[in-house]
Amino acid sequence: MGPEDAPRPGIRAWLTDDVPQSRLQARCVQAYLAWRRLAQNWLAMVGLSIVLGLILMAIFAPLLATHPPYEQNLQDRLLPPFSAGHWLGTDEFGRDLWSRIVYGSRISLTIVALVAVTAPLFGLTIGTAAGFFGGIADNLLMRLTDIFLAFPRLILALALVAALGPGIENAILAIALTAWPPYARVARAETITLRNADYISAIRLQGAGPPRIILGHIVPLCLSSVIVRVTLDMAGIILTAAGLGFLGLGAQPPLPEWGLMISSGRKFLFDQWWVATVPGLAIFIVSLGFNLLGDGLRDVLDPRSAPR
Amino acid sequence: MKLAVEKLSVTFGQGRRRVEAVRCVSFGVEAKGSYGLVGESGSGKSTVLRAVCGLAPVSTGRIEIDGKPVEGRRSLAFARLVQMVFQDPYASLHPRHTVDRTLSEPLAIHGLNDRHRRVERALAGVGLDLSFRFRFPHQLSGGQRQRVAVARALILEPEILLLDEPTSALDASVQAEVLNLLVRLRRERNLTFVMVSHDLAVVNHMCERLLVMQQGQGVEELDRQALGDRRVKTGYTRSLLKASEGFLR
Repeated sequence: MGPEDAPRPGIRAWLTDDVPQSRLQARCVQAYLAWRRLAQNWLAMVGLSIVLGLILMAIFAPLLATHPPYEQNLQDRLLPPFSAGHWLGTDEFGRDLWSRIVYGSRISLTIVALVAVTAPLFGLTIGTAAGFFGGIADNLLMRLTDIFLAFPRLILALALVAALGPGIENAILAIALTAWPPYARVARAETITLRNADYISAIRLQGAGPPRIILGHIVPLCLSSVIVRVTLDMAGIILTAAGLGFLGLGAQPPLPEWGLMISSGRKFLFDQWWVATVPGLAIFIVSLGFNLLGDGLRDVLDPRSAPR
Repeated sequence: MKLAVEKLSVTFGQGRRRVEAVRCVSFGVEAKGSYGLVGESGSGKSTVLRAVCGLAPVSTGRIEIDGKPVEGRRSLAFARLVQMVFQDPYASLHPRHTVDRTLSEPLAIHGLNDRHRRVERALAGVGLDLSFRFRFPHQLSGGQRQRVAVARALILEPEILLLDEPTSALDASVQAEVLNLLVRLRRERNLTFVMVSHDLAVVNHMCERLLVMQQGQGVEELDRQALGDRRVKTGYTRSLLKASEGFLR
């Protein structure tokens, strides 16, 4: 054994160990290798840092904001960017735009997090069940999915919000209810290709019931394509939330929701462009971040994309 | 008879797309015996095994184990009596599960305790080092994967092992290793084997009796003696025999 073969101590060696000593280590090694592949993709890293930046911004909003987000000051209304004390300018009530953007990140992140947890979970359940059981269950569940898919997303959200009343909670519910069908489709397609695999036959032969097969054996394999899909959909979710806010059906004033801010800035678009542009840029940057991260994740997680 | 199959037929699909994969196949295997099903691709030999396990639909006929008929959804007790090793070791192990998880899963299903030791024993039983325990299938070679698959089939300590071309996806030297492993395991654990293969030489090495199948039907039943003496009755078996001798110059 040469000196270069000698085991290196430390966490790095533990993470690259070819002979893991426990399930936890085996999983960590796989995660570390995936991370190394992701880290090689600099665009994905840009996306990841934007997303992390958004999360940090939401956590440390009170520290980052220069003014309280709801504080009105009519003397300083519609100040242009880079004016004293308001580096992104102020809106029609003299509220500091930077502080509102910072606090608004909390709202966007809440929407994204809630939708990203509920919709894929629901879609995965429906899709894997439909794909695994086949027959009548498949027909029933997939026709239901088709019906939801046939509605334009924003219109269905509009209808739901109109029925339930405007507000951020109903906007989240509406988006979640309209976002799940694509996940169900993806999960079903994956399940159908997996259902007759030998390793599923093997576990079936060992007496496993459908819940164990679906949760323990099929879902982990569907998860990567669903995660990729979710990340790529994040931008769409943010845009839908902003759209609902813009139409006055999502967040209500005076909440610093970005779509709502664009909507109120629309009235001054020609003379005071920054009031609508600043939240628009925020939406743009965050959506771009999620899309770049999603593309990078697809390269790492999707087994169909060839390794480069 | 440990395992008896009587006039088994398996059909897939309906109407014009109806395919009769197996037609009226009968055979019986003695306890601790070893039985071979031989035929070319598409002769229905693997389907017979899958029907025995309940993975393929039985349209007519009976399957009996220890004289008791098995039908419908297979019970947990069935799983502890009959297990199967699949043809392609690259497709029969879950790609996201470590060897440890693959081997622990049946123990969890059957609520067996002492899992740690059972997994270690199963690995040792198929001649795999304990360092393989927490590896993923993609970190193993074909032969190692097939050993894991054998360990998985044996961890519930079944009495009947169904082998669906267990070596056809492996290269020649590894094939011999795995076959010898199977011979040893059968002797040690008093297993009853049913082995499917397209290779007469492999079946001759492993099995005392065999059934030649063609287009879903049993053509001819032979024992090892008859095969050795080339006392075959049908032309089809003769042609298979000729093919197994390799190329004639």
